[in-house]
Amino acid sequence: MDTATPAVTVALHDGEAVVASSTRVDARRHGELLLPAVDRVLAEAGLKLDAVTGVVVGVGPGPYTGLRVGLVTAAAFSSALGVPVHGLCTLDGLAYASGIDEPFAVATDARRKEVYWARYDDHRTRTTDAAVDRPADIAESLAGLPVVGAGARLYPEAFPDARDPEHQSAAALAALAAERLAAGDAEGFLDPLPMYLRRPDAQVPKNYKVVTPK
Amino acid sequence: MADEPLVLGIETSCDETGVGIVHGTTLLADAIASSVDTHARFGGVVPEIASRAHLEAMVPTIERALKTAGISAKDLDGIAVTAGPGLAGALLVGVSAAKAYAYALGKPLYGVNHLASHICVDQLEHGRLPEPTMALLVSGGHSSLLLSTDITSDVRPMGATIDDAAGEAFDKIARVLDLGFPGGPVIDRLAKEGDPKAIAFPRGLSGAKDPAYDFSFSGLKTAVARWIEAKRAAGEEVPVRDVAASFQEAVVDVLTRKAVRACKDEGVDHLMIGGGVAANSRLRALAQERCERAGIRLRVPRPGLCTDNGAMVAALGSEMVARGRAASDLELSADSSLPVTDPHVPGAHAHDHDHVHEVSKENLYS
Ligand SMILES: [Zn+2]
Repeated sequence: MDTATPAVTVALHDGEAVVASSTRVDARRHGELLLPAVDRVLAEAGLKLDAVTGVVVGVGPGPYTGLRVGLVTAAAFSSALGVPVHGLCTLDGLAYASGIDEPFAVATDARRKEVYWARYDDHRTRTTDAAVDRPADIAESLAGLPVVGAGARLYPEAFPDARDPEHQSAAALAALAAERLAAGDAEGFLDPLPMYLRRPDAQVPKNYKVVTPK
Repeated sequence: MADEPLVLGIETSCDETGVGIVHGTTLLADAIASSVDTHARFGGVVPEIASRAHLEAMVPTIERALKTAGISAKDLDGIAVTAGPGLAGALLVGVSAAKAYAYALGKPLYGVNHLASHICVDQLEHGRLPEPTMALLVSGGHSSLLLSTDITSDVRPMGATIDDAAGEAFDKIARVLDLGFPGGPVIDRLAKEGDPKAIAFPRGLSGAKDPAYDFSFSGLKTAVARWIEAKRAAGEEVPVRDVAASFQEAVVDVLTRKAVRACKDEGVDHLMIGGGVAANSRLRALAQERCERAGIRLRVPRPGLCTDNGAMVAALGSEMVARGRAASDLELSADSSLPVTDPHVPGAHAHDHDHVHEVSKENLYS
C-alpha cells in the first residue's frame, strides 16, 4: 500500500501476479479510505488478512499527513500479524509502472510549488536519492528526459515530456517488491520509515510579545 | 469481573502517545511516550513535530502496553481511540493505528471523545462515575464545565473558556517570567513560596451579568504581563513568587467558584476535575475546601491520569463495550473539532446491527 501521494492505493500480490487492487485519488481522505480499500482488495481475492505473509509500504517522499497513514497501518499490521514490512521509495513504484527502458525521471507534487523527484536509468534502477526542489531549478539538468508522475503534468514548462502514469499504484509497488523478494534482494528495500525531505515548520519564538502600550 | 470488557485505548490528540489497557474499571497498563521535551524550545506544541513523534512511538507503545498488561492482543474485546477533538495530523496517527489493529485482530473499533475520556478515567481511580457527574476539565487545550448523566451517551456543555485555555495562561505567564515550558508545574512550585493575596489580579467573567459558567483567561494574562512590565520599566525587581501565587489564585478561584456554583444550581453532588491543570496543588486544595463547604464530593484522579494518556481512552472504550454501544466503522475519521456532545462516533451502518463485525466475518481471522 502507498499513501504518500494523493492516491490511496492497495494491492494484493501472490508472488506471481497482482490478485486484486484498488486505487482512489483523494488527497484529503487517506485516513478514511485506506482500511476500506484493504478490506475490498482482500474480499475480491476471497482471502483474509492472515493469509498475507508480508506488507510492502511506500515510504514517500510525501507531504506529511497522508504519508503517515500508510506507514502506521503497515507497522500495526506487522505487529498484529507478526509479518515483516518492506519499505520502498514511492517514486520507485511510479518508475516501475512506467516500463521505460531509457534514462528518465519521476516527479510527484510536493506542494509549495516544489516537486519530489529522482532520476532513473531504466524502470528498475534509480540513480539518485529522492530530493525536493522547485521545478525551474532542476529543469535544466533534466532537459530532454521523459518525466513520469503528477509533478511533470503540474509543471509542463519545466518538464515538457510528461509520461504516464500520473498516479502511484500499489500494484506496481507490489510487483516490484515481489521481484526483489524472489531475487533475494534484501538490499532492495528501505526501512519502513517516513521520507519527509523537509523539516517541520516550527520557529523558536524570540521573546514574548510585550503587551504594554508604547 | 471475568465478564468485564478488556479494552486497549490509544490517545494521540496532542503531544503524548498514550496506550492504556483496562479490564472493566481496572487499569492493567498505561504506556506513554511524550514529545514534550522536543516542543519546549518552541514554547508550545508544534503539530508537525508531534505527528512525527506519534508515528515513531505508536506501535512500540502499543507493544509495551500489551507486555505490561501481560495479555495477548487476541484477548481484547475492543480497541478504542481518540477520534477528536485535538490536532488533526496527530489524531490521524492514532486513528489509523487503531483501525489497523482492530481490523487485523477482528475486534470492534470505538472512536471516542477526548473530553469524555478525561472524565471517564476517574473510574479507574474511584470506581463507577456517579450519575450525574459535574466535570471541570482544565488543561493546555481545554477549560470546560460538563454535566454527564451517562458518559457513553450524554455529555452536556455547561460552560467553556471564551478565549485561552487555563493551561495556556500558565504557559504564557511562565514565558513572561522566563520560567520555560510547560508553565504549570514551575508556577505551582514557586507559588507555594509566594503570597496569593499580594497582587489583586482580575477574575475574568465574574460580574453579575457575565455568563455564569464560562471562563476567560485572556484579560488576566494581559493584566499580569502589564504588571510585570511596569515593574521592569520602573527598574524594580519582579517578585516572581508573589506574581506566581497571585496569578495562580486568580485562575483557580474562578475555576472552583464556577464549578461549585454549577453543581449547586443543577443539584449535582459530585464534582470531578480532570485535565493537566488538575495536577495543580492549589486547584486541588481550593476545590476540596469549597466542595466540603458546599456538601459536594470531589473526585480528582492522580496527576498521571489527569494529563493525556491512553488509559482514559481505554476506560471510556470499556464503558462503551459494557453498555453495548455501537462500534465505529472502518471509515472512521479523525475529527479535530469533534463536539463534546458526541462521546463516541458510531458507524454509519450502526443501526442495521454491527457493520464492523459483518466485515470481520468475511475477511479476518476465521
Ligand atoms: Zn486532554
